[in-house]
Amino acid sequence: MRRPRESYDVAVIGAGIIGCATAYYLASRGLSVAVFDRSYITSGATGRCPGGIRQQWSTEDHVRLAMKSVEIYKNLDQELGVETGYRQGGYLILAKTEREVKDFERNMRMQRSLGLPVRWLEPGEIREIVPELDVEGIGALGAAWNPTDGYADPFKVTFGYARAAERLGAEIFTFTGVERVIVEDGQARGVKTSRGVVRAEWVVNAAGAWSRLVAETAGVSLPNKPYRHEILVTEPVKPFLRPMVISFHDNVYFRQSSRGGIIGGWGDPNEKPGYNFESSPRFLITMARLLAKYIPPLRGVRVVRQWAGLYDVTPDARQITGPVRGVEGFIQVNGFSGHGFMMGPATAHLVAQFIAGEPLDLPLEPFSPDRFERGAFEGETAVVG
Amino acid sequence: MAGEDEVTICRCEDVTMAEVLEAIRVHGARTLDELKRILRIGMGPCQGRTCLRLAAGVLARELGVPASEVMRELPRVRPPIVPVPIGHLVLLGTGGREPKGGGDP
Repeated sequence: MRRPRESYDVAVIGAGIIGCATAYYLASRGLSVAVFDRSYITSGATGRCPGGIRQQWSTEDHVRLAMKSVEIYKNLDQELGVETGYRQGGYLILAKTEREVKDFERNMRMQRSLGLPVRWLEPGEIREIVPELDVEGIGALGAAWNPTDGYADPFKVTFGYARAAERLGAEIFTFTGVERVIVEDGQARGVKTSRGVVRAEWVVNAAGAWSRLVAETAGVSLPNKPYRHEILVTEPVKPFLRPMVISFHDNVYFRQSSRGGIIGGWGDPNEKPGYNFESSPRFLITMARLLAKYIPPLRGVRVVRQWAGLYDVTPDARQITGPVRGVEGFIQVNGFSGHGFMMGPATAHLVAQFIAGEPLDLPLEPFSPDRFERGAFEGETAVVG
Repeated sequence: MAGEDEVTICRCEDVTMAEVLEAIRVHGARTLDELKRILRIGMGPCQGRTCLRLAAGVLARELGVPASEVMRELPRVRPPIVPVPIGHLVLLGTGGREPKGGGDP
């Protein structure tokens, strides 16, 4: 297997959506890039996520960033020369309590002011969009509906970015672990990998749930914690479900993939932090009950596979993106808290702009790693935890 | 007679030999896990019972290693092993009675 060169402009740790997209945008700016992953491309959270791309958030910076990602996703097939399966099927976010109705009203006002075509649906209108949904049985009081949300295939997107980055000269070294970040005189100088030392002007930490451990090797402390999140898929059925359906109250989401399978996840409120990848019977049964309750005809459909991945969760459920104090040239792009696939393209583009010294499309300040020390942060509440 | 390229390796996901060879030769796949992610081999209803052996044979031949080496790291076996109807899972642990209330078991 080929070996890395002695030095690059940028060393990226992690070959998920963040690492591969960052490599692509850097390489397209003429920088030399090496990506290292201790396993294969999409082996972490990217390859385990349901592929949803949502713009309905409770904080403005999140909405702006997600809208930027959607601009990119809309043209991604053409840009990368692949079929990513991107589709704007919409997100239907059900409100089950009066409190949720009020919160959604406030969020939708803010989202509309930023240009998102989101609107409130009464129960009868929900049925027009998904007739199979048992609106009364679920007890939905209404829903926030944004038709421009959607989904794409995480494998197609990430391999698409990886191949496009390689065509531009980036090198991706799979099965090549990073043992530590090399820091000299308060400056990141490269990485020590299982294939030797590689010098770099910049080091990008895009290691998902392992980012905290990577940062520790540079003496940088991150507040991220890994949480298992489980998910399942059914056998393919005739296409009937266009949007992603979510309830924050039930901590559940599901959609139909382009191949016909129903992909759905439920967040266990009792989940403890840790590197746990086991699939649990508790999840399987709970998710089956939720699907049967939401869409009764699914009772006859068979579950073919369940698996688990890790959310890289920050104290405010918002990503960490940007330089850290104390180690110059060490850029964090992690802590996505379950939203990396949707925020990935826009974030990777911003990081490449930052490293290349270009003006930024959006400020990175709100996602600064320093915000936790300053105690100045507002939590994202529109999450399936 | 159809050429080897047209041989179907994965029936559930409709993956041909040509696609497997492209994933290995062009995209540099070295493991069955990578073939699974790139081509969806083993993700269909049979969960790899037929296709993984065939894919392992092709991968071994291309890499010039014994099939046993490629088979050493199989993609993880995912529950519930055989497809199970949602309606059956709903009743698990309830003694066959409809569960009351929410989804939580």
